[in-house]
Amino acid sequence: MTKQAYDILIVGVGGQGVLLASEIISEVAMHAGLDVKKSEIHGMSQRGGVVTSHVRIGPKVYSPTIQQGEVDILMGFEKAEALRFAGWMKAAGTVIVSHTTLVPAIVTSTKGLHYPEDAIDDLKKKIHNVIDVEADKIAAELGNPRLVNTILIGVLSNLLPFDEKLWTDTIKSQVKEKFVAVNLQAFARGRSIHLAAVSP
Amino acid sequence: MKQLLSGNEAVARGAFEAGVKMAVGYPGTPSTEILETMAVRHRSVYSQWSPNEKVAFEVGIGASIGGARALVTMKHVGLNVAADPLMTFAYTGVNGGFVVVSADDPEMHSSQNEQDNRIFARFANIPFLEPADSQESKDMLVAAYEISERYDTPVMLRMTTRISHTLGIVELGEPVNLKERKFVKSPEKYVMIPSNARVRHVVVAERLKELAKYSEVTPFNRVESNGSNIGIISGGVAYQYAKEVAPRFDYFKIGFGYPLPLDAIRKFVEQHERVLVVEELEPVFEDQIKAAGIWVEGKKFFGALGELSPSRVAQGLKDAGLIDEVVKPEITQEELFPRPPVLCPGCPHRGAFMALKKLGVAVTGDIGCYTLGVLKPLNSLDTCICMGASIGNAIGMEKVKGSEKGTVAVIGDSTFFHSGITGLLDAVYNQSNVTVIILDNRATAMTGGQEHPGTGHTLMGDPVGRVDLHELVQALGVKNFEVVDAYDYDATLACIKRQMETPGPSVIVTNRPCVLMPKRIMDEPYVIDAELCNACSACFRISCPAIAASHETNEHGSPKAIIDETLCTGCTLCAQICPTEAIVLKSQFVKV
Repeated sequence: MTKQAYDILIVGVGGQGVLLASEIISEVAMHAGLDVKKSEIHGMSQRGGVVTSHVRIGPKVYSPTIQQGEVDILMGFEKAEALRFAGWMKAAGTVIVSHTTLVPAIVTSTKGLHYPEDAIDDLKKKIHNVIDVEADKIAAELGNPRLVNTILIGVLSNLLPFDEKLWTDTIKSQVKEKFVAVNLQAFARGRSIHLAAVSP
Repeated sequence: MKQLLSGNEAVARGAFEAGVKMAVGYPGTPSTEILETMAVRHRSVYSQWSPNEKVAFEVGIGASIGGARALVTMKHVGLNVAADPLMTFAYTGVNGGFVVVSADDPEMHSSQNEQDNRIFARFANIPFLEPADSQESKDMLVAAYEISERYDTPVMLRMTTRISHTLGIVELGEPVNLKERKFVKSPEKYVMIPSNARVRHVVVAERLKELAKYSEVTPFNRVESNGSNIGIISGGVAYQYAKEVAPRFDYFKIGFGYPLPLDAIRKFVEQHERVLVVEELEPVFEDQIKAAGIWVEGKKFFGALGELSPSRVAQGLKDAGLIDEVVKPEITQEELFPRPPVLCPGCPHRGAFMALKKLGVAVTGDIGCYTLGVLKPLNSLDTCICMGASIGNAIGMEKVKGSEKGTVAVIGDSTFFHSGITGLLDAVYNQSNVTVIILDNRATAMTGGQEHPGTGHTLMGDPVGRVDLHELVQALGVKNFEVVDAYDYDATLACIKRQMETPGPSVIVTNRPCVLMPKRIMDEPYVIDAELCNACSACFRISCPAIAASHETNEHGSPKAIIDETLCTGCTLCAQICPTEAIVLKSQFVKV
């Protein structure tokens, strides 16, 4: 890959590990010798609200946030949240989205609000490149629903020109020791999923 | 060595490199991580949380006068609380260097207003520095101490949410070698009786002239020439947005923002056909530049409300006729359900709010997680002004009988220690019939569970005695005091009713700890027996994130409820209010 600049938007719900994932990606980019900025909003959003994190990678990064319409890769940890932020993407961009479904209480308690019937189908109607991953199921298989983020990082790693070892080294350094092994497994699962999907 | 640091972490690193001996503050987004980082990564520096920002500021002043470099951190509204010592400390000046970090929150991501604290620096006659990324956050803090000591002034480091919470690459430096300073008795400098203060005010005016000269030469104010006839004057994150969308213009980048380098700005403006000021929130630079008789434009293109963004800056530049195109999103935005923040599953505040909603009384609220009680479907807060305001608000409302059904103030434990105590003292002194519920979850939960005088630990982790709320409240003169378990809905409801009927001020303390901090509390989860559930939606109305609509419906098509076992903490509240007893402990649920 010759491209040197990537605008990645990671979205999910408070508690899903959006911030850790974006930290790992940023760390990898820095070690690969690029400039990087990662910007997030937390505070009230840690109480079950929407969490977004912008990761910008390039030779020199100015703005900490991506312009609407300029996102290269959208990573959605929750499918309706991915749909919500699809409007931030370039039409030629790629979505990596987990099948994870989190319906907030306000939807069940308010008339007129509803969760989209098929958020992933809706995404595919808007964006050509959608990689949908049953990350919630894989995480459950691996024994921890919190692994969705690492599985998606595995998928993402196929789209960025950084060595696999850089990814695994960074995961090792960012994750608590007792969770390293299972996170590496999750990463490997994610990485293999995409390869399987693109191979003929 | 290079490291990825957030602006806040970089400030903490800067404090370490600058030889700071005392770091003190009160938690508040987006400033909180500065002191948290100090306590974890830079343990050679003594760091503490104070009960509020005014006390923190005063502790910092003491450290400075005592001869040490001091760092004081707070969010923008925190500086309002600390404004009293700030205004006068500007007169006395420092001994050891003194920097106050004001972390402003444009767009109010988690704040009640979006004041621009650059104005505060000008109001107090002190200089401020404003970083535009993590590297500058560190470098400017180190420089701020040198400026503070050289010019004998407190200095403000003004951050914003985007700078505080953006991770960027930082080249680390070595800690400086400081000459030791000692406390020297000097009442004419540090005792601001009017006769001394009048002398010091003259010193402040003279100092400002010197600082203005420094502003002209400091490398933090710099021109970036690209040979353009269009000039942009900008600072902080606004500078980054402008560089992003219009990299070819010439820039006057302001890092040392008060006093402004007006001579250099005049020269820059004269050399360009057209100059725009791009700044977030208030026209602080623009107004001062115009007042100096220099013609610039700015706010009319960018607006003074909310956070800037690359898109907003691009649109402003286009409106000004300086660029042709702005990026237009190619994909239509989806209109989806909102996902507002909610009280956590098992949050002990929920029980109190359910009871208050049932009673239909006026509820004066305060700043903390429990402010979320205002949102649907709990809808049980009527005011939220600032830290500690709930009790005062309730006294006023009760005195004029603003609510026929009575008035209740709710306040968190950390907020009560912050500035609720004096409100309660007022209630006792002026014999108000308010009922105050202290939602004691033993944490400053909203900002991530920081320690405070009621938790039993300091910021650096040392165990200390806990303030006993009963003893404290009794000492203030409150006679009616009750502790209630907010997980027991009927008991909470009865307790609030009882205390509202009791004459004189009453205090109710809820005694369940925060479910998230310091340790995540998870008991056996509850499940819903779909055969017993009649889809009455009572459990939906308590707004628990663990309760969702299932695919099963009743005969009218209303959805039955289902509990996410990984989220349920076993707090029991939904089970208590379920009219059909369909919500049962998982172990007791036997499927026939």
